[in-house]
Amino acid sequence: MSVPSTTPRPVAANSVWPQLESLLPQVTKPIQYVGGELGAVVKDWDAATVRWALMYPDAYEVGLPNQGVQILYEVLNELPDVLAERTYAVWPDLEKLMRAHGVPQFTVDAHRPVRDFDLFGVSFATELGYTNLLTAIDLAGVPLLAADRTDADPVIVAGGHAAFNPEPIADFVDAAVLGDGEEAVLEITAIVREWKAEGCPGGRDELLLRLARTESVYVPRFYDVDYLPDGRIQRVVPNRADVPFRVHKRTTMDLDAWPYPKKPLVPLAETVHERYAVEIFRGCTRGCRFCQAGMITRPVRERSITTVGQMVQQGLEFSGFHEVGLLSLSSADHSEIGDMCSGLAEQYQGTNVSLSLPSTRVDAFNIDLAQELSRNGRRTGLTFAPEGGSERIRKVINKMVSKDDLIRTVVTAYTNGWRQVKLYFMCGLPTETDEDVLEIAAMAHEVIKAGRAATGSKDIRCTVSIGGFVPKPHTPFQWASMERPEVIDHRLKLLKQAINADRSLGRAIGYRYHDGEPSLIEGLLSRGDRRVGAVIRRVWENGGRFDGWSEHFSYQRWVDAATEVLPAFGVDLDWYTTREREELEVLPWDHLDSGLDKDWLWQDWQDSLSEYEQDDCRWTPCFDCGVCPAMDTEIQIGPTGRKLLPLTPVNGLKLPAGAQQ
Amino acid sequence: MRRAGVPVAFSQGFTPHPKISYASAAPTGVASEAEYLEVGLREPVDPAALRAALDAALSPGLDVLDVVVASGGGLADRIEASHWRIELPEVDPAVLAAAVATFTAADEVMVERMTKQGRRTFDARGAVITIDVSGPPVTPSVAPAVPCAILELVVRQVTPSVRPDDVLSGLRVVAGLEPPVAPKVIRLAQGTLTAQGAIVDPLDADRDGATIGGR
Repeated sequence: MSVPSTTPRPVAANSVWPQLESLLPQVTKPIQYVGGELGAVVKDWDAATVRWALMYPDAYEVGLPNQGVQILYEVLNELPDVLAERTYAVWPDLEKLMRAHGVPQFTVDAHRPVRDFDLFGVSFATELGYTNLLTAIDLAGVPLLAADRTDADPVIVAGGHAAFNPEPIADFVDAAVLGDGEEAVLEITAIVREWKAEGCPGGRDELLLRLARTESVYVPRFYDVDYLPDGRIQRVVPNRADVPFRVHKRTTMDLDAWPYPKKPLVPLAETVHERYAVEIFRGCTRGCRFCQAGMITRPVRERSITTVGQMVQQGLEFSGFHEVGLLSLSSADHSEIGDMCSGLAEQYQGTNVSLSLPSTRVDAFNIDLAQELSRNGRRTGLTFAPEGGSERIRKVINKMVSKDDLIRTVVTAYTNGWRQVKLYFMCGLPTETDEDVLEIAAMAHEVIKAGRAATGSKDIRCTVSIGGFVPKPHTPFQWASMERPEVIDHRLKLLKQAINADRSLGRAIGYRYHDGEPSLIEGLLSRGDRRVGAVIRRVWENGGRFDGWSEHFSYQRWVDAATEVLPAFGVDLDWYTTREREELEVLPWDHLDSGLDKDWLWQDWQDSLSEYEQDDCRWTPCFDCGVCPAMDTEIQIGPTGRKLLPLTPVNGLKLPAGAQQ
Repeated sequence: MRRAGVPVAFSQGFTPHPKISYASAAPTGVASEAEYLEVGLREPVDPAALRAALDAALSPGLDVLDVVVASGGGLADRIEASHWRIELPEVDPAVLAAAVATFTAADEVMVERMTKQGRRTFDARGAVITIDVSGPPVTPSVAPAVPCAILELVVRQVTPSVRPDDVLSGLRVVAGLEPPVAPKVIRLAQGTLTAQGAIVDPLDADRDGATIGGR
């Protein structure tokens, strides 16, 4: 027997691994902290000029599959003089041990202290990660407040959708980037590289100023916020020369030029998604009025069918995953979705590779798609999102899907072998009444009746899943008032009774919901201003961690902190959440430019109240939302008319080059 | 397996599963030099090529050392015992030796552990075949700055399984041994047990068979 030489992982000079290793047997799921994933990159520290620590501020199992972090990690590590490592939120059991033993926040790649890096980039998909940001900063040994940091501390940069209103965390981050990150991280890297090459002139302040001058990096400290006596914002103005009045979002055009991730991370630990995910387009102009993602990512930019095909082939070969997720905000809307799905199903026939479309619109799903998705025998879950129970409320939110569409689509799924379909709705929408919500029950009943009739079987089910509406910045609902949690909870209770009013149908319907309290706090954070930072800090000091997890979230802790902190500013929790804003009010994010014209947003809000529907500009004329001219971008869609490139089947064992057998 | 291009066989049924079974996996947080698994294949492959392909596809630190063609019989039947080495930093070898003597003298040592079925109490003594104390290699000129006792343990595969931490619990029960620092545990070998208490590589039988058949 020839024993191959085993190569132990080298321990980096500044690694905290020796101290961390002895703590791991004492915590749950220690494997999430060891790194060593396929696709992970460990580079020589001294050979790198610019060093990034990237964080997804949630547990490893949620953070690792995050596309944004994986893309930036790969884009940065492809540069020879740049090093990027990842860090995730540590669970309270490890946090306690790290504090007791003086182990700082570390990266999982080479277990280096986060404080040693030049830049600490944090991606916020949701505001509920803010308390975890504070834990990470504090564990890293970096001052919590940006104002207290020195040249020895990393520059903390926030990104992701929540960065479109970073005001609640303005005291804690040094900078925020709006929009697509691929080119933004390269630009920031170049600025840091140059500044370091010049010998770091002017220290941290000069570096931040250079970032701010790009007009696409927001540096909160260079802006002053003045308030009116009634608590509203009077104005937000730069306090330095050369700093732009407004900061603009970044838009990556031509997704075919950015085919990432090429080498997806394959974890050793279990995570929430284990699939090769490829974004088939970015942006959405369906115009759902509650949807911040659809508003801030315009215009639609499709990745071509040929690039998607190549990415899937290389991604699967590299990773060994057997599920492919075709991601976007509404995947069935891709101009070549049919050819894409049938082509991929054809290529991977008989290989146990399955396809999934995580976001599928009711009106874009059809029999062909259903058959392609189920071709390899394994049916991944189907979720449709009518969002609103009544025709009226769907007009208010501009989700132009009719009840007939929904019934027809779900029946298509049932007759193609699906036994279970999930329907997603929201509760607490503007102008919503009890009756609007109760219509969800009627809709679910009809789905089951139609499904039973079409399949002749009683063995079909649907799950009704309800999320709480949270008004978001840069949407037509940014002015809307939120409903009180008691009202939401009452509606959810009425709905449950209505679903179960017919016992036979009710038994076939699953019912999942979140109660109203967490949504109210999300509302505080999403539309908050700089004064809300004090609430976040108080909650964190009182033990707030992992607020996205119901078992860790404490509504009372947030209410108490708001009650203690906000009266000093003459405002309160209700002022931020259940108060409707007027047209002329200065909103905390008005100086942050998503491209959307504020007058258009207001008009769309008025159209919503009069139940006027807005079409999609991919298929009807431009309705002047403002994004394309403001950002100098354009819609990029097919069809290209091209086909998937044929696969060259590789059979047999894949031997490493120069392998000794 | 998929990355290495291994033609793994799948079970029949609505959700086919790959035919891979692991024998007696080491507990979480324990290092191991000797883990075994069995894979069902759709077609024959060269064992050396399979080893090289799998080794290349796995993360650094997970090394595939040897692959043999199963000559019959389940792998699990050949795993009768494990050899563990437990390093106990900051424990005086003499103190450990005294605790081990008390443990060895006992007929049974009942310990508790949380399992998936809840808290269970079982004997940690009966399954222990040998338990020996050794100190770190001491060179006459340099005395170790921190004492470190080392425990060499051979434990029989029983149900419920007796793991290294159960034996440490046993030492606490009988002699109050409380290691101040988390112990480092490593599995050095597992396999069939000879009458003399030695562990034999469970793949030896297949290796002999392959040699006879192949030459």
